[in-house]
Amino acid sequence: MTINATLIGQMIAFAIFVWFTMKYVWPPIASAMAERQQKIADGLAAAEKGARALQDASSQAEAELVKAREEAREIVASANRQATALVEEAREQAKVEAQRIREAAEGEVDQQVMQARTALQKHVGRLVVEASAKILRKEVNADVHNDLLKQVEAQV
Amino acid sequence: MASGKSEGSATDYVVHHLTNLKLDLTTMTLDPYATGFWVVHIDSIVFSLLLGGLFLWFFRKVAKSVTTGVPSGAQNLVEMVVDFVDTQVKETFPGHHPLIAPLALTIFVWVFLMNCMDLVPVDLLPTLATGVGLDYLKVVPSTDVNITFGLSLSVLALIFYMNIHMKGWGGLGKEALTQPFGAKLAPFNLLLRIVEELAKPISLSLRLFGNLFAGELIFILIALLFTQGAVLFVTGLALHWLWAVFHILVVTLQAFVFMVLTIVYLGLAAEHH
Repeated sequence: MTINATLIGQMIAFAIFVWFTMKYVWPPIASAMAERQQKIADGLAAAEKGARALQDASSQAEAELVKAREEAREIVASANRQATALVEEAREQAKVEAQRIREAAEGEVDQQVMQARTALQKHVGRLVVEASAKILRKEVNADVHNDLLKQVEAQV
Repeated sequence: MASGKSEGSATDYVVHHLTNLKLDLTTMTLDPYATGFWVVHIDSIVFSLLLGGLFLWFFRKVAKSVTTGVPSGAQNLVEMVVDFVDTQVKETFPGHHPLIAPLALTIFVWVFLMNCMDLVPVDLLPTLATGVGLDYLKVVPSTDVNITFGLSLSVLALIFYMNIHMKGWGGLGKEALTQPFGAKLAPFNLLLRIVEELAKPISLSLRLFGNLFAGELIFILIALLFTQGAVLFVTGLALHWLWAVFHILVVTLQAFVFMVLTIVYLGLAAEHH
């Protein structure tokens, strides 16, 4: 083990090797590794953000669904109410109509009864007069007793 | 290749394995007995460059086709190492400096690869080298004290740079003269500081060198058993396996320790005391 010029050769080689590593080897590798680290960190952050957004969206959807269900229930309820009201109204109208028809019919019946009665009275009056006339033919002059006859007729 | 059975040939075998392929720069000849400063250990420097080149080639290849999407197998491996180193740097180094993390990555992977050469069977590459006419070949660069000192002295230079960069000459001078015993003991403080700073590269490089050199030596000694009869051959196999398993730990741990201590030293240099 003697020190000789090999030492100088090794020192020169060392200097060149370190320079080369510093200039051409370390920077690309280190920067690529740093870049990958950054990419992974970004990816993780994005994934977390996505998960959070998904959670937000699903909770929002849930809320919307609840609201929609509520609305639907309200609509059905109001429709029901409306339908009941319509039916009620229709029933009311029908009742009124029926009443009206019945009253009209009753009126007509009364009128006809009245007419029939009048006609019957006239008929009976005439029959009475005719009968009376037959009985009284000899004593009663039609011309003389016309007024009387008319009076009787009216009374009947 | 422990062909002989005598003591002498065993020694030769070990020495042979511990001898570098040397190039004498003054005469430009391959000389295993060359001495002096202007000698280069061709094997250490070539394997060191090859392994460093392998590291840079592989990491650069991945860096060019790096994707921020799902990483492929190679990219996964590279990112694992980068992430590991980055974590160590962030935990240990105060503040931020663009040099620290690439430096730590280079040290960790390069030292790890150099240490891994220890797990290649000790005779494989030297035998192949003999085939092409090279008599000596020491394949583990981190068992060469020149290689480990080359790294640690560079780290020392960076420690000095970091001190100047963060505190300025004045700040560093003040700190060296007044810490830790106050201005009255300035010379003593300075002496202590110099010793402290010098101890750092020495401990760094000798720790790595010592661990790997010892490990390599054990592998060589175990390899000696293979030629000493059937019983010792089997024993040798078992020992070799055990030592290799243990050494996987040592290889990784020493690379890790070198890297972490480098970061710690630079962190201390960057901090105001």
